[in-house]
Amino acid sequence: MAWTRVAKADQIGDDEVLGVEAGGEEIAVYRLGGKLYSTHNVCTHEYACLSDGYIEGEFIECPLHQGLFHIPTGKAQGAPVTVDVRVFEVKEEGGEIFVDVPEK
Amino acid sequence: MTSQPTYVVIGAGQAGGRAVEAMRAAGFAGRIVLVGEESYPPYERPPLSKKLLTGGVEPRSAYVNPAAYYGDHGIELVTGVAAQAVDAKAGRVRLSTGADIAFDKCLFTTGGRVRRLKVPGAELAQVFYVRTIDDSLGLRAALATARRIVVIGGGYLGLEAAASARTLGVDVTVVECQKSLLDRVAAPEIGRVVEDLHVSRGTRILCAAEVVGIEGSGKATGVRLKDGTALPADAVVVSIGIVPNVELAQGAGCAVDNGIVVDEYGATSVPGLYAAGDVANHPNRYLGRRVRLESWQNAQNQAIAVAKAMCGAGVPHAEVPWFWSDQYDVNIQLAGVPDRWDAVVFRGAPQADGFSAFYVTDGRLTGVTGFNAPADVRFGRKLIEVDAAVAATDLGNPEIKLKDLLRAVQAAAPPRAALSPAG
Repeated sequence: MAWTRVAKADQIGDDEVLGVEAGGEEIAVYRLGGKLYSTHNVCTHEYACLSDGYIEGEFIECPLHQGLFHIPTGKAQGAPVTVDVRVFEVKEEGGEIFVDVPEK
Repeated sequence: MTSQPTYVVIGAGQAGGRAVEAMRAAGFAGRIVLVGEESYPPYERPPLSKKLLTGGVEPRSAYVNPAAYYGDHGIELVTGVAAQAVDAKAGRVRLSTGADIAFDKCLFTTGGRVRRLKVPGAELAQVFYVRTIDDSLGLRAALATARRIVVIGGGYLGLEAAASARTLGVDVTVVECQKSLLDRVAAPEIGRVVEDLHVSRGTRILCAAEVVGIEGSGKATGVRLKDGTALPADAVVVSIGIVPNVELAQGAGCAVDNGIVVDEYGATSVPGLYAAGDVANHPNRYLGRRVRLESWQNAQNQAIAVAKAMCGAGVPHAEVPWFWSDQYDVNIQLAGVPDRWDAVVFRGAPQADGFSAFYVTDGRLTGVTGFNAPADVRFGRKLIEVDAAVAATDLGNPEIKLKDLLRAVQAAAPPRAALSPAG
C-alpha cells in the first residue's frame, strides 16, 4: 500500500472530479453520492484527461470523443473505448484525501 | 432464401465497421459479410487530416478494429471489391467479381465520394483530395518537400489540412468561395474567429475567392483565381465536400433525397434494406427535421443503433449532433446543427484560450461551439437536449456556471429526453 495525499476533502464536491498527480501517475478522484472513487486520469482511447470530462450518474464521459467509463469499476462502456481504465483505492481521513498508487 | 440468416453490409468504412461489431455484440450468430471497395479494413477518417498528415502515426492507428478482429468474430470482410447491384426482392447483392451474395437484410454504409473540382487543370498531378488513407498518404509525401500549397475549400476538412501543413512549416493559402469560412456550417462570427486563428499562425485566408483553373504542365504549379490572381503552389488540396453514394440503394428501389432516406431505426423505404452513416438522411428529433450528418459521432452511433435495430433490439436513434475539429493547438467542438438563429452569444473573449459561443433560436439553445472548451460544449449539448429556454445574458456570463443553468432547467421541468448514459 502506498497511500499518497492528493487533495483536501472539500476540494471535491458531489458529482465532481479532480485531476491530481500521485506517484508519477495522473489520477482522477471523484465523489458520487458522498463516496470517493479514483481511476487513472488518462482515457484509454486517446490522450485526454477524464477529469475534464462529464459525470452522468456513475459514469465519466471522456471530453474528447465521449467514451464512457463506469467510475466505481473503471469498466469501458463501449465504442470508442474498449480498454478499461485502472481504478485505485481512495480514502478520506482527517479532511484529506489519499489515493493508493502502487510504486512504479 | 439463405441457409443461415445472413446480413450484408455494403461499405466498409467507420459505419460499416461499427455496424458489424454491434451485430455480434447484439448476439446475431448468423453470417455477416462486410463489403468494401478500399483495400483497408474499416477505418475512421479524423486522423487523415491530422496526425496521419503531420507524420505522427501510421494508417493502422485509424482502424476501427485490428484487421484480425473480423475473422476472429466470424465476419467475412471482403475488401477491394465493389457491390454493383442489390436486388431487394431476391435478397441478393451482385459483386464486381461476378459473385452473388444472398442476404436476409442489407445495410448500406456507402458513405460519400469527394465532390470533384471541375476547372481546367483539376486532373493534374499534385492535386490531392483528402478522403481515403491513400489520399492522405499521397498528400503527406507531397508535404515533405512542398514549400507552399493552396487549399481549395474553407470547410472543416480543408482547414484541418491547412493547419496540419502549416504546422509542418509549409506556406499555406486557403481559398474559399463564400464570404466566410465554414459558411455552410457556422455563423459568420464563428467563421471569423477561425479565420483569425489561421491568420495568427501565418496561414493566408482568401474568402469570396473563386478558383477558375489549376495551372501547370503534367503537375500543378499554381491556382488561378477569377480576379486574375495567380497563387503558386507545389501541391493543391481540394476539399469541397462529398456527394452521398446513393446509387446502389436507389437501384434497389430505395427513396433517396440528400442521401438514402431512412427512419429513426435506419430502415429505408424498402423492407430489409437499411442505411447508416454519412449516406443516411434521417430524422433527428432534437433538430426537429431530417438531416444527413457527416460526422464521426453519427458514423459510429447511428451505425450501432441501426445494427441493433436490424437484430431486433431496436431503439430509435436520437442524439444531439456533435462534431470536433482540431486545428493547430485548438480543439474546436460543436453541438447542435441550427439552421437559423436569432443570436450568437460569446462566453469569454475570443482571444483568450478557452471560450465558447452559443446559438440561441426562439429563446432556446440550439447550438454551441467551443474553442478549447470541452466542458462548455458538453453542458451546452445537455441544454440543447432538454430544449432549455435560456437567457443570452446568462450564457454570455462566465460567472454563471453552465452546470447550474442546467440544474435549474432540470429542476423546473422533467427532462424531455431521459436517455441512460450507456444507451
